[in-house]
Amino acid sequence: MLSTAIIVFREILEAALIVGVVMAASRGVPRRGLAVLTGLAGGVLGAILVAFFAGEIADAVAGSGQEIFNASVLLVAVAMLGWHNVWMKRHGREMARQMNDIGRAVREGGQPVRALGIVVGIAVLREGSEAVLFLYGIAASGAGSLWEMALGGLLGVAGGISLGTALYRGLLRIPPRYLFSVTGALILVMAAGMASQAASFLVAADVLPALGTQIWDSTALLDPESLLGRTLHTLIGYDARPAGIQLVVFALTLAIIGGSMRAVGGKPPHRVPATAR
Amino acid sequence: MRLLPFALAAAVLSVTAPPVRADEPTFTLTIRDHRFEPAQLEVPAGVKFQLVVKNLDATAEEFDSKDLKREKVIAAGKSGIINLGPLNPGTYRYVGEYHEATAKGELVAK
Repeated sequence: MLSTAIIVFREILEAALIVGVVMAASRGVPRRGLAVLTGLAGGVLGAILVAFFAGEIADAVAGSGQEIFNASVLLVAVAMLGWHNVWMKRHGREMARQMNDIGRAVREGGQPVRALGIVVGIAVLREGSEAVLFLYGIAASGAGSLWEMALGGLLGVAGGISLGTALYRGLLRIPPRYLFSVTGALILVMAAGMASQAASFLVAADVLPALGTQIWDSTALLDPESLLGRTLHTLIGYDARPAGIQLVVFALTLAIIGGSMRAVGGKPPHRVPATAR
Repeated sequence: MRLLPFALAAAVLSVTAPPVRADEPTFTLTIRDHRFEPAQLEVPAGVKFQLVVKNLDATAEEFDSKDLKREKVIAAGKSGIINLGPLNPGTYRYVGEYHEATAKGELVAK
């Protein structure tokens, strides 16, 4: 039972942390609960579908289907997070001026709360499908009683959710003035981490060159299997043995999303000196 | 809306050409009764190669190796191809994540 709980917790943790960040980042946005719930439900459904078709997905693209699939959904999540951040940057100032009336800004600007719903769905889909396969394996092999499996599974889910909730609560303690700056930075780094993870999958699929299979090894310093290691993996893309291409993609994603954020709403545009014309 | 990831994945799947890897050596691992056979496999260091993992069990297994940085679900009765290398000489451990107590083994790169 305990092993079931641990494995399910491991798979759920990443999704739970992402939901925690997304909920904090969309604070005050109307109907965000609906978007996140739809994402959750869609993710669970998708997880079952992906688990069911695991063999077919794996066989696609000369046996690299699973890697390509994982990389693709991760990149979709990166795009959604980037869009959210750029939108928030553009409308953040108006919102501050209009006394944080996000509701109005959402109506006028179409805040991409659905984008965050998709991110949640993708997180649940990826991690959930592995949990489904694992639980199905136990059920099918009759290795333990169904009761024990259900209890272990529930324990694991509860553990993951409580950690995600703790993160959410922690973020909400940040004064409202700074909340969106913090969640914006968090989402920016999280997106870069996901992009680097996608690059890792594409290396495994032999689509991208590794550019150095292992630039460093910090396993002894921070075990990626530990709770902290896994948490940082989700939040900032911690990888104990990154390939060169992962670092390149991480930096590139930071530059592209961060640059777009700056371009739409950051500092006032520079004036071009007359002599430079 | 939630179909978007699938649609995109399908699009990527359909346009990505399968890699041609005919020139690379292939090694085979078999999963039977939640154990890897052979539990220790010697592979050449310094070259790319493919590891074919055949799952003869009735349930799925996830080949998981932190040492090799690979995670791959292999459905019941299917086989999965894992692109590896070039590896430095050394020992690389892996487990079957769903049956970690019995499913473990190592690649020895020489």
